[in-house]
Amino acid sequence: MNPAIGYSALILVSLTTTIIGFYGLRISRTTSDFYVASRTVRPWWNASAIGGEYLSAASFLGIAGLIVVSGIDALWFPIGYTAGYLMLLFFVAAPLRRSGAYTIPDFAQARLESTTARSITSLLVVVVGWFYIVPQLHGAALTIRTTTGLPSWVGAGVVVVIVCLTVVTGGMRSITFVQAFQFWLKLTALAVPAVFMLLVVTGDPDAAPAVPAAVELFPPADPFTGGSTYQTLSLMIALLFGTLGLPHVLVRFYTNPDGTAARRTTLIVLGLLSVFYLFPTIYGVLGRAYLPELAAAGYPDATVLLLPGRLIGGVGGDMLSALVVAGAFAAFLSTTSGLVVSLAGVISQDVMGGSVRGFRIAAVFAAVVPFGVAMMTDSLALAGSVGLVFAFTASTICPLLLLGIWWRGLTDAGAIAGMLTGGVLCGTAILAGAQIGADSPWRDMLTQPAAWTVPAAFLVTIIVSKATPHRRSSTVARFMSKLHVPERPLAVDNPRK
Amino acid sequence: MSSAALSDSTLLLIMAIAAVVAAIAIVAAIGFRLSRSHRELGTEAEHATFAALHSAAVAGEQLRNGLEPAGALKASKQLRALLNCAAFAMTDDARLLAWDGSGTAAKQPESAVVMKLAAKALSNGRTQVATLDSSLRVALGLPLHDNDLKAAVISPLKIDSRAVGAVIILSKSPTAGLIRATNEVAAWVSAQLEIAELSSSRTLLAEAEVKALRAQISPHFIYNSLNAIASFINTDPQRARDLVVEFADFTRYSFRRHGDFTTLAEELRCIDRYLLLENARFGDRLQVSLQIAPEVLSTVIPFLSLQPLVENAVRHGLEAKVGKGLVQICARDRGAYTEVTIEDDGVGMDPEQLRLVLAGQQEGHHVGLRNVDARLRQVYGEEHGLTVDTGVGHGMLITMTVPKNQPDHDA
Repeated sequence: MNPAIGYSALILVSLTTTIIGFYGLRISRTTSDFYVASRTVRPWWNASAIGGEYLSAASFLGIAGLIVVSGIDALWFPIGYTAGYLMLLFFVAAPLRRSGAYTIPDFAQARLESTTARSITSLLVVVVGWFYIVPQLHGAALTIRTTTGLPSWVGAGVVVVIVCLTVVTGGMRSITFVQAFQFWLKLTALAVPAVFMLLVVTGDPDAAPAVPAAVELFPPADPFTGGSTYQTLSLMIALLFGTLGLPHVLVRFYTNPDGTAARRTTLIVLGLLSVFYLFPTIYGVLGRAYLPELAAAGYPDATVLLLPGRLIGGVGGDMLSALVVAGAFAAFLSTTSGLVVSLAGVISQDVMGGSVRGFRIAAVFAAVVPFGVAMMTDSLALAGSVGLVFAFTASTICPLLLLGIWWRGLTDAGAIAGMLTGGVLCGTAILAGAQIGADSPWRDMLTQPAAWTVPAAFLVTIIVSKATPHRRSSTVARFMSKLHVPERPLAVDNPRK
Repeated sequence: MSSAALSDSTLLLIMAIAAVVAAIAIVAAIGFRLSRSHRELGTEAEHATFAALHSAAVAGEQLRNGLEPAGALKASKQLRALLNCAAFAMTDDARLLAWDGSGTAAKQPESAVVMKLAAKALSNGRTQVATLDSSLRVALGLPLHDNDLKAAVISPLKIDSRAVGAVIILSKSPTAGLIRATNEVAAWVSAQLEIAELSSSRTLLAEAEVKALRAQISPHFIYNSLNAIASFINTDPQRARDLVVEFADFTRYSFRRHGDFTTLAEELRCIDRYLLLENARFGDRLQVSLQIAPEVLSTVIPFLSLQPLVENAVRHGLEAKVGKGLVQICARDRGAYTEVTIEDDGVGMDPEQLRLVLAGQQEGHHVGLRNVDARLRQVYGEEHGLTVDTGVGHGMLITMTVPKNQPDHDA
């Protein structure tokens, strides 16, 4: 690929992001057209913002790569990522909006009235956030390496520097409209080249590049035989329950005026994600046909980046490639900045007393640690490593949230025991799984641990809570009614008008 | 073959981790031991004093919330160790709160039985000694023949010479020393309860202060608004009607009785109505610009805490100024906090004079400002007061920062 494309796309996205970060979207209004009701964020905007923050490197690059390697099996990932929102919609969105807690540690403290539970939750949130940032940086490294030929650390470094700059200078702080813009940028960056490629492939049969012989576009997958039944089941548990605890997604619900709007937002997110995931699938299938050598070369995640250039030559191909690269970079930047903001909030609140200076130091800290980890580790398959983060979240934060919202009996001791159990089991499994031999009988258990670590965490939480009924929070009844009773609307319209 | 090599390396890794963990544990254990070795200094008597003081300190901590079962039980455990008796119980004036016993006295008896035992001490406020006869033993669930338990000492707990509860100990024999010690313990617990009552009345006082400070809309504003509306009645009846409706809505909000807190969104709505009414008076002279981050609209803030600031900007900043004036209201998301700024380009004021006003040493203008400042400090702590930047002729910038997460406050 022509390095100039990579450079120009990279510089363009970096500049735009930085400028928007510095100056924000300055919309001033005069009193004549000002009404608070009209200023609340519409569910559509908010849903786009959630999409913008949620769709990460795994979605943008990873899924297509996985389809190139393993065919139809890879579709479980988009299904899981999207269906996780169904869980969020059913069980968490509205009550959490009503709780008044802005972060998961805030929720833990308000629900359990225990500072120990809060500290442990904070620790887990930070760990989850760090390990969610690492694949984003791997994705950035891969993108830069593929498009410009520069060494890996440049890509990850650029993302970390831009995110630190914008967050530290006070920009990009959960600005709903910026994140919403990012979603539509990502969607366009994938959709437009996909449409052109489909036109080329299905157009004139003579002009279209020939499909290499003996390529199975959709190799028959059998999820119900052999080891993959367990794998699939475990993956689905990880993705469904893991979505519930992602720190950066949760904050978004506060932009909704009330619980009902929170539900509606989640519903729209489901639709937006479903549309988005059509495109990585198209890339994956085309990649199987036209770029099968990438899987053999060991970096299938570059499929999305290279495909437009391969199928459409000339200036058009270059333009479309630049668009895809820009979209990919936007994905890394938006997800990383959302995560860094959430983590910096948690770290500064719990370690540095919540000052503005503390927030800045914490932001740098939150971005630099994963950079180090990303540099020391090798890029696994992006979709797979994000899947493991979901498994870890599902085993630790999810029991706290679900039981905290729906079960009066949860005690601080139970929540702490459950989180530690889930964290230790899942963490050990992930570490051991990375070391274990390919033909070990334990391989499935350790590389996809969610199917046993999530139930274990729930079980321990429930048993310990049952054993310590005297530790129940004294304000649980009040807090529960706050969670589950519909609130008054934020601002009532004037009945006389 | 390769898997064998891999599993070897896995084994090595696990062993390495285990070794590191063990090393850390040993170092930590040694460090802990060393850091506590000074405890072994001192004579026997000094040790006894330390132990007694430590028990008292721990028990005092538990009594900080007054007489309530959980704290009383933990305190009873410490105090029983201090008195070295078979059982230690604490009651309030109506029921048994905590029972801590060992051996045959370990089982907690019925609350009514214990209260019957304590009734006399509670009524006359003097220490009682009761012999454990057979009927009392049955009632308390103690074995009929037990030489270790002969008597109960009941000492009242008093706040302001009023008996609010009692401590009861069961012991082998009611020696004078034990009775004296029980009395001392009861006096000490009483002192702790007085401290607890003091701190709870301090909380009540703070709440009352917040209620008293709850802002009222200013009479000037009502007078000015009605006059402005009156001037439209003949010339523009429709506008006059709209203004009256706005005025009614404004007063409904500001006269509401329930709750000391509201959301930023509702407060901004109130400000919007207020400015609409002021506009009727100022016309083009008053210009307003709002820049509100939608993320912070649901932040909980004290009721009527922004409106007085805007009113201050309009009345003291712009009214005295010649020509047009601009009020800018911004709300921003600052991580864990919401920051609201109100800026006007009016006449400003002398910072030294403002300091006096905020310190409450000067009456007159800007009482609204002081009121809001005092309430914010009261509710969120000293560091959350208003920040005001001003100078004569340079306008005024007021900044208010409130935490987003306020689980105890319902809007």
